[in-house]
Amino acid sequence: MIMPQQAIAAPLLSVRGLTVSVRDRGVVRPLVSDLSFDLRAGETLAIAGESGSGKSITSLALMGLLPANVAVTGGTLMLDDTDLAQLSEARMRPLRGARIAMIFQEPMTSLNPVQSIDAQLIEAIRAHDPVGRTVAREQAIEALRQVRISEPARRMGQYPHELSGGMRQRVMIAMALALRPALLIADEPTTALDVTVQREVLDLLRDLQARTGTALILITHDMGVVAQTADRVVVMQAGRMVEEGPTTRIFAAPRAAYTRDLLAAVPRLGAGAARGAPPPPEAPVPVARLSRASVHYDVGANLLGRPTHRVHAALGVSFDIRPGETFGLVGESGCGKSTIARALAGLVPHEGLIEIGGRPLSAMSARQRKEIRRDVQMVFQDPMAALDPRMKVGDAVEEPLVIHRIGTPAERRARARDLFRQVGLGDDQMSRYPHEFSGGQRQRICIARALALRPRLIICDESVSALDVSVQARVLALLQELKDGLGMSYLFISHDMAVVENVVDRLAVMYLGQIVEMGTRDQVFGNPQHPYTRRLLEAVPVPDPTRRSRGHLRPTGESPSPLRRIGDPPAPAALIDTGHGHLVAPHSA
Amino acid sequence: MVEAAPIPAQAPLAPAGVLRRLMRRKLALFGLAIILTVVGGAILAPWIVRFGPNEQLFDGLTLQGAPMPPGGDFLMGTDLLGRDLFSRMLYGARTSLIIGIVANGAALTIGTLVGITAGFLRGWVGAVLMRFTDLMMAFPALLLAICLAAIFQPSLWIVAMVIALVNWVQTARVVYTETTSLSEREFIAAERTLGASRARILWHHILPHLVPTLIVWGTLGISVTVLLEATLSFLGVGVQPPTPSWGNIIFENQTYFQAAPWLVFIPGAAILALALAFNLVGDALRDVLDPTQRGRD
Repeated sequence: MIMPQQAIAAPLLSVRGLTVSVRDRGVVRPLVSDLSFDLRAGETLAIAGESGSGKSITSLALMGLLPANVAVTGGTLMLDDTDLAQLSEARMRPLRGARIAMIFQEPMTSLNPVQSIDAQLIEAIRAHDPVGRTVAREQAIEALRQVRISEPARRMGQYPHELSGGMRQRVMIAMALALRPALLIADEPTTALDVTVQREVLDLLRDLQARTGTALILITHDMGVVAQTADRVVVMQAGRMVEEGPTTRIFAAPRAAYTRDLLAAVPRLGAGAARGAPPPPEAPVPVARLSRASVHYDVGANLLGRPTHRVHAALGVSFDIRPGETFGLVGESGCGKSTIARALAGLVPHEGLIEIGGRPLSAMSARQRKEIRRDVQMVFQDPMAALDPRMKVGDAVEEPLVIHRIGTPAERRARARDLFRQVGLGDDQMSRYPHEFSGGQRQRICIARALALRPRLIICDESVSALDVSVQARVLALLQELKDGLGMSYLFISHDMAVVENVVDRLAVMYLGQIVEMGTRDQVFGNPQHPYTRRLLEAVPVPDPTRRSRGHLRPTGESPSPLRRIGDPPAPAALIDTGHGHLVAPHSA
Repeated sequence: MVEAAPIPAQAPLAPAGVLRRLMRRKLALFGLAIILTVVGGAILAPWIVRFGPNEQLFDGLTLQGAPMPPGGDFLMGTDLLGRDLFSRMLYGARTSLIIGIVANGAALTIGTLVGITAGFLRGWVGAVLMRFTDLMMAFPALLLAICLAAIFQPSLWIVAMVIALVNWVQTARVVYTETTSLSEREFIAAERTLGASRARILWHHILPHLVPTLIVWGTLGISVTVLLEATLSFLGVGVQPPTPSWGNIIFENQTYFQAAPWLVFIPGAAILALALAFNLVGDALRDVLDPTQRGRD
C-alpha cells in the first residue's frame, strides 16, 4: 500500500512539551506550558489565540529571540535532528535566516529606515551565503520579482519610507524567502495592513509556499485569516494549547468550549442583515450634518517657508446622522474617515459646513463650542492611550462633569458610580489607575467617560479594532445596549467590514478623502455598486475554510497619492442616487 | 474568555502613603539621612563649632606657617589662614544649600514655565521663547553670570539669582520637547473633546507627566549650581570672602592641593555626597510618585 508522501515524511519541526517561563523578581511564571505540535514540509500551521495566549512567545522561542528574562524551561524543539532549545546563541545564529526565517507584524519597524532596500536584501543574503555582490544583487532582484513587486530593479534603490505598507511587507517576505528557509514563521503578518492588501499578501504567501515547499507557521488572532490559509490549527489560550486539528474540522466541529466561543465571537458578513430593523426615519433636525466638509493639511515648504503641497484628507464630504441611528464610515487607512471624526469633534479646522444639532460649528464662539462638547463625545481606538496614565479612572470619568461644572463633588461621585455600573464595571474599581485594567475594561471606562455628559452623538473611531474578538463582541453588545437605553446616535468608524455590517443602520464608504458610496446597510452590503466597495467586500477573509477564495496574483505598484500641489485640488465627485437614497460616485467599471 | 482579573484594591496614593513607601527604600533613607545631617549641621552650626568660621587661630598653623592636618583640636584640620575647616564647612553649608536649593529651584521653575508654555502653545509665542532659549544656550553662561554679578552688588542672594537666570535653559529645552510630545498624545485629544480648558490640560494632564524629568534635572542641577557658585566666588563676583561656601573653600585652597589635600578633598566630598543624596531621594521619589510603578516595590 502506498501512503501519500506527506504522511510518511518525518516532521520538519517537532515541538514536544514546550514550556517557556518568565523570571520576574525571583518568581518564575510560565508563559507557555506543555505545548506540542508537529509541522511537515510544505504545510501551513496556524497558531491562533487572543492576546496573552503565548502565541508570539512560542514563535520567539523557535527563533531563539526570547527577551532576557524569558527562557525555555522545558521540552524540546526539534528542527530535523537539532534541538533548538539546547543551541547556544553562536550556533543558533547561522540557522536564523537560512533555515528558519521570520516576518514580523510591523514592516516599517522591522526594516532599517536609513538603508536602501538593496543594501538590506544583499546584506541578508550575504550574511549566510558567501556569494559576490553582483550575484547577491541578482538574487535580491529575483526575490523581489518572486513577491510580485513591480519594477524590482528600480525598487532596489528606494528606502522603506518610499514604499507602501503592503510593499514593505512584501520586501520582508522577499528577504525571509531569499535564502529558501525550510521554515517560515509569520507573526501577525497582515494585521497592520489594509484588508485589500492583506488579501494580496496572504495569496502571495500561499503561492510562494506552494512553489518552494517551505513550511509556514502563521501566528494570528484573526480566525478569518486562519480559515483562508492554514492546513492545521493550534488554538491557544493563556499559554496552553486547547485544541489542535485540521482547519476544516476545527471550524466545522470545534471540540473545546474556548474554540467554540472564539468562533462564535468572530463577526461575520451577513449576520447584520438578520437583525433586519429598518434605520430610524429622517428627523427634521439631524444630530449632525456635514455638507461639502473638507479638511486639508499643508506640507513641504518653498524658499519663503510657504507650503508647496496639500493633502486633501477629506474632500466635499456630505452626510447626516439621524437621531437614534448608527452611521458607519468605512474605508482603508488614509481614506479620511478619522479626519472626519476629528473635524466633527472640533479637533481639526474644517471648510464647508458641519452642523451639530442644527447649529454650524464654524460660527460658534469658544463658549458655544464648549457647550457643544456636551452633545458630541468620542471614544478612541486605543483606550490605554486615551486615558491619562497618572489619573485614577474614577477621576477620569468624573472629569467631564468637573470641566462643565455640573453638580457638587458628591453628586459627581454618585454619577461616576452609576456610569461604572452602567458599563459593567464595579464601582470599587474607581480608585485604580488605567494600567491595572485589561484592554476591554479600559475601553468600558472610556465609554463611561463619554457617557458622563449625556451626549446625543458618540463618535467611535475604531473603538473595538484593538480588542480581542471575544472582548470586541462584548463591547459591541454594550454599545448597542446603551444606545437602546439612552437613545443616542453613533458615528461608527471602522476598517472592518464585518463589524460594520453587524452594527450600523446606514453607512458611507470612503476612498482617498471622498465618499464613493452611501446608503442603508442592506443597500450597500446587499447591492454594492462602486467597484471599490466590491473590492473591499471581496477582500474580507471569510471565517470558513470551505469557502476559500483563490485570489488573483497581480503585481503591486504605487498606491495613488493623496498629496497634491497647492492650487490643484482633486475634483470632488458628485454622488448619483441609484434609487431609494443609495448614493454612488460615478465610476468607470 | 474572561477579561483579565483586576489586581486587588490598593490604598489610595495619600501623602502619608508616599512617605511610608519612601521609607521602605534603603537607598532613599541613606540619602535622606545625609541631607538631614547637612541641613541640621548648617542650622545648628553656632552651637556645634568651637571656633568661628572666620577666626584666624594662633595655633591653627604650624611653626612653619603650614595648615594643620585633621585631628586633635581641629576635626577637619585648618586652612591656609589658620581657620578651622570644620567650622567653615558647617557655615559654608548654609551658602551652598541656599544656592543648591533656592537658585536651582528657581532655575527649574523658570525653565519649566518657559518650556511648557512654548511646548503647549507653539505658534509664534513658542518660536520666540525657544529661539530666546537657544540664544541663552549659545551665550557663554559664565560670561553672562560675570556681567550680571558685576552689575549688581555681589551678595549671596544676587549670586543665587544670577545662577537661576543662567541655568534654566537646559530645563526649558527638555521640558519643551516633552511637552510637545505629550500634547500629541491621544489622551490630550480626548481631554480636548471633553471641552477641557488649556489651563486644565496643562495643570492636570501635562505637568504631572513632567514630574519625573523635573526630579532628575533638579537633582542633577544641585551639584552644577554649587560648583557654578564656587566658580563665581573664585572669580571674585560670587559670595564675598571671608564668608565661606563649599565652592570657595575648594577654590581658595586648590593650589595647595599636594601639600594639604584635605582642604580640597573634604569640601569636594561634601558636594559629592550632597548631590548623591539628592539624587537618591529624587530617584526614589520619582518611582514612588509614579502610579504605574505601584505594587512593584
